[in-house]
Amino acid sequence: MADASYPEDLLYHAEHDWARIDGDVATLGITWYAQDALGELVFFDPPEVGTSVTRDEPYAEVESVKAVSDVIAPLSGEIVEVNAALADSPETINEDAYGEGWLVKVHLSEPAERDGLLSQADYVATLSQ
Amino acid sequence: MTLANANRLHADPGVEREPLHHDVPAASSAESPLQRERATTIFEQGAPGRRAFTCPEMDVPVVDDLLPERFRRAQPARLPEVSEPELVRHYVRLSKRNYDLDSGFYPLGSCTMKHNPRLHEKVAALAGHARLHPLQRPEHAQGALELMHDLEHALGEVAGLPHVSLQPSAGSHGELLGVLLTRAYHESRGERRVKVLTPDTAHGTNPATVTMAGFEVVRVATNAQGGVDVDDLRAKADDQVACLMLTNPNTLGIFDANIEEIAKIVHGVGGTLYYDGANLNAVMGISRPGDMGFDIVHYNLHKTFTQPHGGGGPGSGPIAVSDRLAPFLPKPIVVKGEDGGFSFDHDRPDSVGRLRGFQGNYGCFVRAYAYICSLGAEGLKDASQTAVLNANYLLAKLRELDTEGRIPLAFGELCMHEFVLSGAPMKKELGIRTLDLAKRLLDHGYHPPTVYFPLLVDEALLMEPTETETKETLDAFAESMAAILAEAAEDPTVAQNAPYTTPVRRLDEAGAAKRPVIRQPL
Amino acid sequence: MSRYTATTEADLAAMLETIGVSSLDELFDRQIPERVRLRERLDLPEGRSEQDVYAHLRDLAARNTSAEDELTFLGAGMYDHYVPAVVDMLMSRSEFLTPYTPYQPEISQGGLQVMFEYQTAISELTGLAVSNASVYEGPSAVAAAGYLAKLTNGKGRFVASAGLHPHSLETLRTYAHGYDVEVVEVPLRDGVTDADAWAAAIDDDTSAVFFAQPNFLGAVEDAEALAAAAKDSPAVVVAQVDPITLGVLKPPGECGVDVAVGEGQSLGQRLDFGGPSFGFFAATEAYLRRMPGRIAGETTDVDGRRGFVLTLQTREQHIRREKATSNICTAQALNALGGVVYLSWLGKEGLAELGELLVQRTHYARETLAALDGVEKLHEQPVVREFALRLGVRDVDAVVRRCQEQGVNPGLALTEPHPSGLLVALTEQRTKADIDRLAEVLGAAVAAERAGAPQEVAA
Repeated sequence: MADASYPEDLLYHAEHDWARIDGDVATLGITWYAQDALGELVFFDPPEVGTSVTRDEPYAEVESVKAVSDVIAPLSGEIVEVNAALADSPETINEDAYGEGWLVKVHLSEPAERDGLLSQADYVATLSQ
Repeated sequence: MTLANANRLHADPGVEREPLHHDVPAASSAESPLQRERATTIFEQGAPGRRAFTCPEMDVPVVDDLLPERFRRAQPARLPEVSEPELVRHYVRLSKRNYDLDSGFYPLGSCTMKHNPRLHEKVAALAGHARLHPLQRPEHAQGALELMHDLEHALGEVAGLPHVSLQPSAGSHGELLGVLLTRAYHESRGERRVKVLTPDTAHGTNPATVTMAGFEVVRVATNAQGGVDVDDLRAKADDQVACLMLTNPNTLGIFDANIEEIAKIVHGVGGTLYYDGANLNAVMGISRPGDMGFDIVHYNLHKTFTQPHGGGGPGSGPIAVSDRLAPFLPKPIVVKGEDGGFSFDHDRPDSVGRLRGFQGNYGCFVRAYAYICSLGAEGLKDASQTAVLNANYLLAKLRELDTEGRIPLAFGELCMHEFVLSGAPMKKELGIRTLDLAKRLLDHGYHPPTVYFPLLVDEALLMEPTETETKETLDAFAESMAAILAEAAEDPTVAQNAPYTTPVRRLDEAGAAKRPVIRQPL
Repeated sequence: MSRYTATTEADLAAMLETIGVSSLDELFDRQIPERVRLRERLDLPEGRSEQDVYAHLRDLAARNTSAEDELTFLGAGMYDHYVPAVVDMLMSRSEFLTPYTPYQPEISQGGLQVMFEYQTAISELTGLAVSNASVYEGPSAVAAAGYLAKLTNGKGRFVASAGLHPHSLETLRTYAHGYDVEVVEVPLRDGVTDADAWAAAIDDDTSAVFFAQPNFLGAVEDAEALAAAAKDSPAVVVAQVDPITLGVLKPPGECGVDVAVGEGQSLGQRLDFGGPSFGFFAATEAYLRRMPGRIAGETTDVDGRRGFVLTLQTREQHIRREKATSNICTAQALNALGGVVYLSWLGKEGLAELGELLVQRTHYARETLAALDGVEKLHEQPVVREFALRLGVRDVDAVVRRCQEQGVNPGLALTEPHPSGLLVALTEQRTKADIDRLAEVLGAAVAAERAGAPQEVAA
């Protein structure tokens, strides 16, 4: 992805993760900033379906050639789906971080946690600090 | 650039060279012979039936069925089948695709790429050393034991700590031992402390080692001068802290002037102070870690003491400790008897045990010992003084030539044996990163400095020239750096697509990590 | 100036001026507090000329009895194999001896390709899919395999056969104490791992099981059975293997072993009083991302040329730091070069032929020695290149001393649990005539010891 972009319809976590909420299921991923900082991603180690994730805690790792990064859960819940296509093409996360590069889908256990997330504007503000 | 320059992978700075920056086209269309030569592995050479080895004659009666069939290998391992001439030609040609220290300058920070004296190879090859079995009875290995004993004494002198173990195989192995000794020490006092402090400028082996030894890493901040933030240390030093791991000078090339205060704080809470000896080359005969207050020092014989680096080993990482840690040293230790004879003492009830087989990398001891014999007290001090002189000179030269301040010094004014520049202004103003600068240096015939370490400095360039380089080499290197900056100011794409003249050009590392191919399919 | 520096008076003056200081001392005065400045001379002798240093090292060498000076059957982990001239030559080439780790792959294709070739050779030898580019040596490789198991399954016990080399057992214990895993030892019975005790020791909390092939007493273990016993547990199956035996023995990958490690000294490395040599570390594909150490991988450059790079570096200390699979940085690259050159020198047929030669000569040696008075086999298991005897004497050390006086080193005097044991090793350098000489000398030494004859005073 050439230019920085942060879709307005998403909610963000300060550790560079996003959430797209649809009822009580959220799709999670990492932001443009994160994929740019890591460089071309070469490996995504997903958790298993059924694992619980906890807000603010790491639930997976992404690796580029020269870096490893924890992926932080913006919301708590249970993993219901994992993006299996990333096993063969982890670079999709770089190319389409908010679309085909989604990481996991989570059935939310505490939907009210969404209030603690940042809007696009607030997240972008943290980047220039 | 002419073809002649394209072929010369290793530039000899003493010889007058064409000013590359004037003649280099952005992309050379002509391949060098080394570039044209496609890599083929030893498995792709040879033919069935060829061999180099002649098996000695079967001179005993052959007996069948000595090994049950189910224990036997059914299919032979598919090793190469080559004649000796093919074997030699393959590896000699392969060697020419390598840059090396004998051929050129290698200013890698914290690696101490100093000259590898060939005397050391000669003495290490003497059969009395090279063909000595590690389990030979001590009375028949007195030369080896005396060598080890004397080497221990010399290393202890350099560090200012009396008790030395030569056992660890490399620096990080020595680190592991140091942390295990700390653990044993605290356990002997009935304590199980769980934290080890390391500065955020620490080498990666430090946190990895800490985890392997069963501790948790706590980072200590760096202050504006590049040393340990003493206030942060004071806040974090409590009775759960087992140890602080430091190197001094640190990986920024800065000697921490607060070292005594730091030692007091750590000792005050009962912790040990560990010295990563990677940067020992700056202080031999000038300042001693033992005198600075360290309890444990590890050495890298393959850095400070000229053991050749071998492309990634072998190395050797002995350690020296203070009195309170001595009982826990690995066994066996070398002891000198009253009759002047040497032996191994295995009766060490408080020892942490063993970290490896036998007594360590003796071949490395021979070389380090020969080095110390050659240089002596004055020579070792001169080596460190010259290392610091050379680093400061190179730094001054670079600052003189970098008139626009593209690669400023990250911390301080003077440095010890190494220094860190930041490529951040260069990236912002010229559009080339530290990585690009490094790759363009390859075209100039140099191994680049360490890049992107320490993590604390943005676009870091960590340079350590060492004492065995001449002023002329340093001048030529600084000129090349300046030339690359000037070239980038006119056209950043040249460096961005460098190197052009090396046997291969930039490699797809992401592809190698995504779909690893780590052996030849056969 | 010292031996390898070159700063002339003129150089010094020019450099100090460029730096902007008035003296060399000023560089230190301004950076190092006086209280930690060493003002005395180091208590070391003065430096000496190359000729003098050579003479001194030669004198030290002369006070060692090496394999050059006696006919040796001493093994127990390191062996007096012949080191081919091509190995010496290639390991001393500047381009392999003096470079650093290949962090700039464009100018390190020689070293990186050697690693790739080495990894391929070890993978072939062990029958396991993945190998790294070397670790330090045998016993620490065993301990590193333990760490891999701990990272993989987090369980709390290691089950280790008493047939492991004693140094491997000790090293494993030292490391395991660091990451809080208990080590349980399973005894031998009739020279091999006690199968019942082994099975009984393995449970749901077993992180890894360890055995040696051949074991410390030279016996060939039933590797498949030992591996199978761990099938229903979480345990990683680790085998420490003597690589020179893999020309004749079934490779660990075909025996259900997950991780094969070992001492590489038999593969073209000097004895060097114990090091440097190299350790190898190979595993099934499943463990690729948990392997310690460097790994070279194949790739292409921007112009499509085939090349090699260090890969999967995110496992390693310089990136993953506290979560790294190991803290290893410098390993044994030069020795691994020697290893792959040696294996290429032996070749596909050579390794097997060498193995057969060892099997036959070892059998001959064992039978010949066991026929001596006062000497019997300590176990009857199949052996490849090493075996254990039981001597009918109180003091095996004394027997060894007597033999050494005759210029023959008969092997290692064993300690508990085999205090009257002698471990005898063969390499291809020990001929039938050598073995016959050993029999003569050992026979006489045992007889003299049993008769209570006084030992000759060593000259």
